[in-house]
This record gives sequence, C-alpha cells and structure tokens, in this order.
Amino acid sequence: MNPIDTTEAAARADTFEAAREYRPPVLDCDSVSIFYDDFLAVHDVNFGCGDNEITALIGPSGCGKSTVLRSFNRMNDLIEGARVEGTISYHGEDIYHSDVDAIEVRRRIGMVFQKPNPFPKSIYDNIAYGPRVNGFKVDSMDDLVEEALTKAALWDEVKDKLKQSAFGLSGGQQQRLCIARTIAVRPEVILMDEPCSALDPIATLRIEDLMHELRSDYTIVIVTHNMQQAARVADKTAFFTAEAHEVTGDRTGVLVEFGDTAQIFESPVDKRTEDYISGRFG
Amino acid sequence: MRTVQGTIERTIRGRAKGGETSASSIAFLVVLWLSIVFALVFLAVLIVTTIIDGWNRLDSRLFTEYPASNPEDAGARPAILGSLWVIGTTAFMTIPLGVAAAIHLEEFADRNNWFNRFIEVNVQNLAAIPAVIYGMLTLAALGLFGVTNKNMVWVGALALSMLILPVVIIATRESLRAVPEEIRQGSLAVGATPLQTVLRNTLPGAVPGIATGSILALSRALGEAAPLLLLGGLVFLSFDPNGLMSGYTTMPIQIFNWTGRPQEGFHELAAAASVLLLVMLLAMNALAIAIRNRYQQRW
Amino acid sequence: MTTQTARPDRPDLRQRRRPGDLAVRTIFRIAAALTIVITVGIVLALLIPSIEFFSEVPVNEFLFGTRWAPRFADASFGVVPLITATAWTTAIALFFAIPLGLGAAVFMSEFAHRRTRKVLKPVLEVLAGIPTVVYGYFAVQFIQATVLRDWFDLDTGSFSVLSAGFVMGIMIIPTIASISEDAMSAVPNSLRQGSAALGANRRQTAVKVIFPAALSGIIAAVVLGISRAVGETMIVALAAGQQARIVEGPLEAGQTMTGFIANAALGDSRVGSLEYNTLFAVGLLLFLLTLLINVISIAIVRKFREAY
Repeated sequence: MNPIDTTEAAARADTFEAAREYRPPVLDCDSVSIFYDDFLAVHDVNFGCGDNEITALIGPSGCGKSTVLRSFNRMNDLIEGARVEGTISYHGEDIYHSDVDAIEVRRRIGMVFQKPNPFPKSIYDNIAYGPRVNGFKVDSMDDLVEEALTKAALWDEVKDKLKQSAFGLSGGQQQRLCIARTIAVRPEVILMDEPCSALDPIATLRIEDLMHELRSDYTIVIVTHNMQQAARVADKTAFFTAEAHEVTGDRTGVLVEFGDTAQIFESPVDKRTEDYISGRFG
Repeated sequence: MRTVQGTIERTIRGRAKGGETSASSIAFLVVLWLSIVFALVFLAVLIVTTIIDGWNRLDSRLFTEYPASNPEDAGARPAILGSLWVIGTTAFMTIPLGVAAAIHLEEFADRNNWFNRFIEVNVQNLAAIPAVIYGMLTLAALGLFGVTNKNMVWVGALALSMLILPVVIIATRESLRAVPEEIRQGSLAVGATPLQTVLRNTLPGAVPGIATGSILALSRALGEAAPLLLLGGLVFLSFDPNGLMSGYTTMPIQIFNWTGRPQEGFHELAAAASVLLLVMLLAMNALAIAIRNRYQQRW
Repeated sequence: MTTQTARPDRPDLRQRRRPGDLAVRTIFRIAAALTIVITVGIVLALLIPSIEFFSEVPVNEFLFGTRWAPRFADASFGVVPLITATAWTTAIALFFAIPLGLGAAVFMSEFAHRRTRKVLKPVLEVLAGIPTVVYGYFAVQFIQATVLRDWFDLDTGSFSVLSAGFVMGIMIIPTIASISEDAMSAVPNSLRQGSAALGANRRQTAVKVIFPAALSGIIAAVVLGISRAVGETMIVALAAGQQARIVEGPLEAGQTMTGFIANAALGDSRVGSLEYNTLFAVGLLLFLLTLLINVISIAIVRKFREAY
C-alpha cells in the first residue's frame, strides 16, 4: 500500500528540519482581518505556516478558522462581499495585491474540501483535469496520473478502473482522489478544510497517514474540529475562538494562541485555550 | 437509498394507512381524483377521436402527395418537410445562443449589476409573451428591411427561435444551477479559470438537462402555428422545400388550413395530419425523457 | 518517479492576460444582451405602427368603440367586441382550469404516492404539449359540432366561445397544476408534521395549512394561466369564430384579439396602410395586457420565494 521508502522520507525530513530554521514562512498572515460586507468575521490574525510543516487550525465552530483557510488561496473571492484587510503573503508576495492573479495563487496553493467533491468524470480525467487546464506539457499523462494516485495512496485500489466514474468510489476513496487531483497540479501548499469530517474513522485514519507522508513534500494547513486529529498530525497549531461584540453581538473570530502542537496541548499559555483543550469550553 | 428522513417523508406524504376514513375526507379525495381523471379522459378522447377521424387518411398519401383542391389527392408532404426544415434551422439558431446567454446569466453575471438583473426579469417576461407577438415582431422587422417575400424557411425559423429562446435559456440555467457549487470550487482550486471551469466541468455536467430542455422547447416550436401565420406560412405549396431561402409551409399551418375548409374530406386530412404531428411530438418528448433518465447526473 | 517542481523564492503571481477567456465571455454577454434587443424590437415593432394608427383613429374611439369593422367601407375601430370575446374565452377557460388544475395539484403534492406522481406528472404535461392547432381542430370538430350541438342539442352555430374556452381551459390545466404543485411541495414538511401533531387529518392539513401557505405560488400559477389564455391564438382562430361582435353569452361566436390578428394576417395588407397598422394596434393592446399580467405574476412569485 505504501510505496514511499520510509528511510528516504526520514532522511529528507531531517534535511528539512535543519533547513526550517533559516526559511521564512511559506504563508504568512500579518494583521489579517476578514470581512463579509460590514460583518467582521476574523480580526487581527498573525501567524505563519512553515515549509514542510503541518499547521492545524482548531477552535469552536464559527471561530473563523475555515474563513482564514479559504483566504489563503483566494477561494473567499467567490463569496460576494468578502474582503481581506492586512497582508497574507506567500513567499513574501502579497496575494491580495491588485496585480496578483488569483488563478496563479490557486495553482500553487491547492485545496481539499470538507465534502469530497470529485468531478463528474472518470477517475483518470479527475486527475488529468488540473494539468490539462493549466496547460502542463507532460510526456505522459498516464505517468502523471499514476504518480498522483500513488502519492495519494489510491493507485492500487483504482488502477484497474481508471475509466470508471469517480462517483463509484467510497467516500474515503473520493477524498483521496481529491487529494491526488490537488497533487497533480504540483502545488507547494495544500489546504485541507475539515477533510475527514464526512468520513468514517478508518477512512479518517488513512487520510491522516497520508498527511504524514505528504508532509515531506508539501506545506499543509488543515482545519479540523477534531482536537485529537490536530494533536496526531500537526506540527504547529493555531487556536481560534469567537468573541461577541459588546454592542452588536456579532461573533468575530480571533487567534488566541499559536505554537508547537505539543506546547498548545500540554502547556497552553492562554486560559481560553486551556479550557477548550480540556473540554471545559461552552 | 433508504434514509430515515426519506421514510418519514414517504409516511407523511404517502397514501393514508388506516385512519382518515371520515366521509368528508373520502369525498375530498374523490374530488381530487376526479379532477385528474377528467383531464386524462379528455386527453384520451382527444387522441381517440382524432385517430378515428383521420383513420382513412393515415396512409402513404399523407407523405407523398402535395396539397390539392380535391381532398382525395391531397397530402402533407411539403408541410412535413417544411416542418423539419424550419425546426432544424430553429435548433441551429437557438441552442447556441440560448446556452451562451444562460452561461452568462448563471455563471458570470454580477447579480448586483442592474443590467444583468434587468436581463433576468426580461427573459422571464419574454417567456410569457404570446407566440403571435413574435410573428408581429418578425413581420415588422422584415417590413423595415423591405423584405417582401416573407415565405422563407429562415424567416419562419427566426420567429420561432425568438419564441423559444427564453425557454432554452431558462432550461439551461436550471441545469447549470443543478451542478453543485463544490464542483466549481474544486475546479477553481486546481487553478482552472472561471471559463475553463464552465466549459470543461459545469457545462458538460449540465448537458443532459440542456438537451432535454432544448428538445422540449423545439417540440413547442414544432407545434406552433400562430407566428408563422403572420409570416405568409399559409401557402399552397407544390414542391419540396429545399433550403433556407425556400418557400415553406408547416404541419400545424396545414392542419389549420384543412380544418377551416368546408369539405369533410379535408377535415379527415386535418385529423390524419394531427395524428402524425402528435406522433412526432411524442417521439421528441420520449427522447427528452429518455435522455433525462439515462444521462441525468445524480449529484 | 518525479517530485514537485523547484520552488521559486519569489513566485510569479502577476496577472496573466487571457484574451481567449475574455473574448468568449464577451460573446456570452452579447448573447444575453440579445434578449433585450428582442424586447426592444417587440416594443418598437408594435409602437411605431400603432402611433401611426392612433394618428388616424382616436384612442378613445379605439378603446371604447363598440363596433369593430376595420375592413368595411365605413370602417370603425372600436375594440370592445374583440375584448368581450377574449374576456369570455379566458373566463370560461379559467372556470374549468382553476378547479381542475388545483385539484390535480393538491392530489399530487399531498396525497399521491411518489410513484403515482412520477407517472401522473408527465402524462398531465402531455396536455401542455399538444399543439394548439390540434386543440382547435378538436374544439371545432368534436366539442362544438358533436358534443354541444349533437349531444346536448344546444342552440349554437358552427363556432362558440364556450367550445374554444373549454378546450383552452384543459390546455392550461398543466400550467396551473404544475406551478401550484411546486408551491405546495415547497411548503416545509415541518408544517405538515405540526398540523398532524395537532390531530388534523390530511384533508384538513391540505386545505387549512398547505393551501394558505402556498397561496402566493398558487395565485402566480393562475395569473400565468390567464396570460396564456389571453394570448392563445390558434384555438380561438379555429373555434371561437371570425365575426367581431359583442359577445353576450357562452354559446355565441366572437372574434378575440388574437383571432383578429391571425385572421388579418391571412390577407396581404401593404406595409404602412391603415389595415396593417390596425393589426399592430391590437397587437400592442394584447402585449400590454399580457405584460401587465406577467409583471404581477413575477412580483407574486418573487414574494413567495422569499417566504421560505
């Protein structure tokens, strides 16, 4: 099932471990506030996602963690009235600068959604879609499809039915197909918006294993409502919560605490984090 | 798939199981039943009487003969061919235009823009304008350009195209809307442009619905006579229509003409032609339903 | 096996020119705008000849005159006879279509099995798909000649607004049934459950809860039915008669507005002649009437969409 050589992966991970010290974050939020029309959804968020790290965004529902995630590849642009203040930079480039092409951003920063959303096409065409629309010049699309499916740990299960509709796969397989589809356009960052919330525990476990494998090649940001999942997969964790406005009662998301996952879960600095982690929240 | 929700709905909406057997409830149900039965009986009587009326003339002469002053020698050959020409041309004019307009309205138009909102209301309005008005529009346009020979295939097709354009637009929009938003997001998330997303993902997913809607719209055009009546469609044709500039008449107009004649023989012809027209429409409807059932994507 | 591409330190995210995308999207926009051209065309096509018409015939005489004889030597242009015929055929059509259409809708929405509904709905829609000229044939040959005259032995001629209106009513049953059924099906199930929980049976639920909740949708359906009946041409041209006179009873013949248009179109009138302009003046009246009805209908539908 797992074609990746673990010793090689470990060796690579070590190299990146060393390199991380010197690298600036891939994605960086600087005083980011996100509005839907007049409604302030997220206020003054500052944190960065490092190279080859898995960063988990956790917090109660309505705390704006998904909103932040969707602003990383400008998927929020699709929502009418959505607006970002502050700076979200990708390798130092402000992705909301007027001269930036949202499509170019999305090519480099892929996204996996809460509900598996395969295209109504064959398994093969689902994977080949991204490279095709991006005009990739590849020697062999077959190889590219195989590579992406292998990386997503799906190849062995589907190699004999590539021409069949993707809708015939199970939920977990569909989600891995969506991951493979994202990998196929060779992004640097993969955003995952509660990727396991629609899956059963076994399928969830496989996706988590997959995240560990992908970690050596990609920067991953995952939104999850499942704290155990964050603790299992993430290197860094950002805890968000929602605060009601004194006058209007509008609930605005704020970043409470950001740090190494172990620190967040074992010795949180903020009282609110501690309450949430220990289940005393709400 | 069985779900709890589905089971509850079936129980609530399904036939009463026990209870609800008071006289007034039964009477109410009977009245409801009768309204449906009345409509169905009407439909059956219409079809049966038309077949009986036209039975003697449902033969090869209908397909081979040209209109004539003696009903025995008359047939609907030019009208059948004319209908095919006009409807074929209408399809070529309307479907690309209607799909393009629908894509703009559904996928690209900014809803906050007054012009786009105006277009939306306008399309709804156009769909409810009486067919005969489209004939008047075409008539006036021809007058404006000084075209005196109105009896041409493309002129009739133009009027029918404008008539069914809103229907095609509305059907296409509904099919596009049925494609879930997640599919579009998935496409955009791998770096596709909005246009690529529509052309390669959303539109192919909507094709069965568009095909069904278009066929139904064309079947409406096939049965429509009013606009063509204003455009000189009622002519005595003794040749086969053979091109866009050719003179034509259509099945509904031929039926109209024969129904209005005093001789009984022509009434039989009208009934026979009606049966043929109904069969053609039934075939188109069956095709539309077959496409819907066979290819419609279940999301 | 290849791995991902090399990572640029400063990714090139600048706006790309996509002239192809822009061109295609412009084509789509033009296609949508063409629908406006059609509307403007209709308005101009009807208005310009009508203005010429009203320069010769005063508006008052047109709207309130009771004699319609545009082609006679002592021509007269009172449209009232055409309006009475249209009003009679429309009213008769609604008399049949509203109860039957709503009955069918309530049955399908609240009582029918899913499978029954799946069969009934398309069969009912066949009624909407029958060409109006076939309805016209049936109205004049069967309903008028056989049913009204031979079977019921009624005092009526070859044509009557009753046979035309009745057949037209059947024609619009699917319109009324299908839109009302949509409105009733859109009523949330919680209302049905709530009503059932209070001990109401399904007749009471349908009549006292569902019907009022879906009322605006039902009204919109009826309004759309009216607009179809007013604009219907072939049935009245064949079955209602060609004499333009004030209609005083259902068994009389009469020429409707659309009937006049269809009939006048058969003659070949010269562009710009008074006869030609008359056609458009009646067309304009018909257009304004249906437009008014449609605007009301759209407004009602919009309101009903907001309800849930």
